[in-house]
Amino acid sequence: MERLVQTVVDAVSVGSLYALTALGIGLIFGVMRLINFAHGELITFAAYTLLALFGLPVPVMLFGAIVVAVALALITERAAFRPLRNADPTTLLISSFAVSFFLQKLLILVVGSRLKGLDFLPVLGHQIELLGIRLQLLQVATILVSAILLIALTWFLQTTRLGLQMRAAAEDFRMARVLGVRANRVIAMAFALSGVLAAAVSCLVVVQTGVVQPRMGLQLVVIAFVGTVIGGLGSLTGAALGGFLVGATSILLQALLPPELRAFREAFVFVAVALVLLFRPQGLIPARGLKERI
Amino acid sequence: MPPAVARPQWWSWLPRLWPLVALIAIVVVIALAASFAPAVLQRRTTQGLINLIAVVGLYVFVGNSGVLSFGNVAFMAVGAYVSALLTMKAAAKSVFLPDLPPVIAHAQWPSLPGALAGGGVAAVFALIVGWPLMRLSGVSASIATFAVLVITYIVLGNWTAVTGGQNSLMGLPAYVDLWTALGWAIAAMVIAFAYQETRSALQLRASREDEAAAQASGVDVVRHRLTAFVISAFLSGIAGVLLAHFLGSVRVENFYLDLTFLIVAMLIIGGRGSLTGAVAGAVVIAVLTELLRQIEIGVPIGKVTIGAPPGVGDVILALIMLLIILFRPNGLAGGRELPWPFKRV
Repeated sequence: MERLVQTVVDAVSVGSLYALTALGIGLIFGVMRLINFAHGELITFAAYTLLALFGLPVPVMLFGAIVVAVALALITERAAFRPLRNADPTTLLISSFAVSFFLQKLLILVVGSRLKGLDFLPVLGHQIELLGIRLQLLQVATILVSAILLIALTWFLQTTRLGLQMRAAAEDFRMARVLGVRANRVIAMAFALSGVLAAAVSCLVVVQTGVVQPRMGLQLVVIAFVGTVIGGLGSLTGAALGGFLVGATSILLQALLPPELRAFREAFVFVAVALVLLFRPQGLIPARGLKERI
Repeated sequence: MPPAVARPQWWSWLPRLWPLVALIAIVVVIALAASFAPAVLQRRTTQGLINLIAVVGLYVFVGNSGVLSFGNVAFMAVGAYVSALLTMKAAAKSVFLPDLPPVIAHAQWPSLPGALAGGGVAAVFALIVGWPLMRLSGVSASIATFAVLVITYIVLGNWTAVTGGQNSLMGLPAYVDLWTALGWAIAAMVIAFAYQETRSALQLRASREDEAAAQASGVDVVRHRLTAFVISAFLSGIAGVLLAHFLGSVRVENFYLDLTFLIVAMLIIGGRGSLTGAVAGAVVIAVLTELLRQIEIGVPIGKVTIGAPPGVGDVILALIMLLIILFRPNGLAGGRELPWPFKRV
């Protein structure tokens, strides 16, 4: 019983981590039809900010990580994506691929490619007892942080003016512009929000793994991409759900597969994804207004 | 009086085949020039030709379908491992891979059948994974090909009984020299050019320009995409085979993100819309990489040597790719083939 609950909590916490990552990607895709590879570098740069600020009070470190991720998101938007706003999705994809590798290689050039240990918030490594079941504090914290961010994001999108404009832009960008939505403001806001999400993911991952490394963001993002695709590109609920499913499935497979097959668990996840796509090529929750109208 | 009809001349096929003939001529000239160069430069040129085959392989799918693929390096890896396992000496295999199934353990094929098997298995692999993936719309399909790359990397890196896992497979017959690479490069360009002149490829190109219009005109987009994907995987598989037998060893780490980045960057910089672009990208980036390598080693100025820090080449390559996509999205070649330089008859 205890083992079962622990596994489920583990699956939910990893699932929510990927849901947050996928949500950051989904936000940008919604307003710009851009699949943002560079989202991974937002995560990586936030993690290196934590490393650089290590020793300062924790709130300062967190603040620094958020500032860096948001600033980087806004800079990449301004420099690499705004000039291509009317380009086709493949051109945008290539641009984000180039941005991602540029930032990654730049980081390697400056700090080297070896991984570095970072003992951030070691208190979260402790175990707590909840209703007689021992859980790692980090997993509970991950679930809580994800839930809070998810609720805050939903509140923002549902009740504020800018949130409404963002949803309108995601549904039909041209129509939204015609009705007076400021494109630059909405898109910049989406990038800033994705920066905040990236910083949150970054902090949680650093606590969990205890290391930073120039490739860390890309590894997370590739899996989250697949989550957004099976959830249904362009649908935020779909992105969160897809990311969650991919993360949770990988943990459940880790627990259920025989030991000699465990190393392959991500391969099994991706095979499951291929099967989902075979039956639902538009994803689990297809987005409205994505199919081009002729 | 009816207008005089020009008699077809013996070279009347030349204008149509001109892009292919000219590109082959350029590559042959480069290889001939390299054959007189020092051994180091010869090896670099050989590696450049192998990259060229990989770029042409990627181009066959990306150029004709308009869908970017991040998965072709996975096909290179499959080709490399298949050929390695079939051509390695049985004695070497019993040392490195004692748990191989007996059929593979005793196989000791000559190099050409091994290479063709590598490309063939890569093509079959592409057929199997492409069947669900090609149903996806453009960008989703690109992401899905990235997933193929990750899966292949994980499986090859952990399937210790067959691939040796994270360790290198060593002791492959290193038969690839400048001329082998040149021969395959010519073959790859011929295959790519012949394919893009077929009806299937023209229909696929129509869907690249306007998917809805092509579908409305009766083009079976999924089938043609799959055809291009399989041919593309075959050529990528061959490139992987050659890379493995050029280095004399296979390591799964060599067939992952860095190689993907290099091959994709070459195609984008050259121009993804034409064979000329693919070849131009491979050649230009090879020359540029060589120059940057020299700069990283250091340029002697007077008595001091000024060198750039290692890794600066990658940053510059990424930056060039970004600038190209921002200011010349169709690459150096601009989506066109080399034009026939004379007046058409």
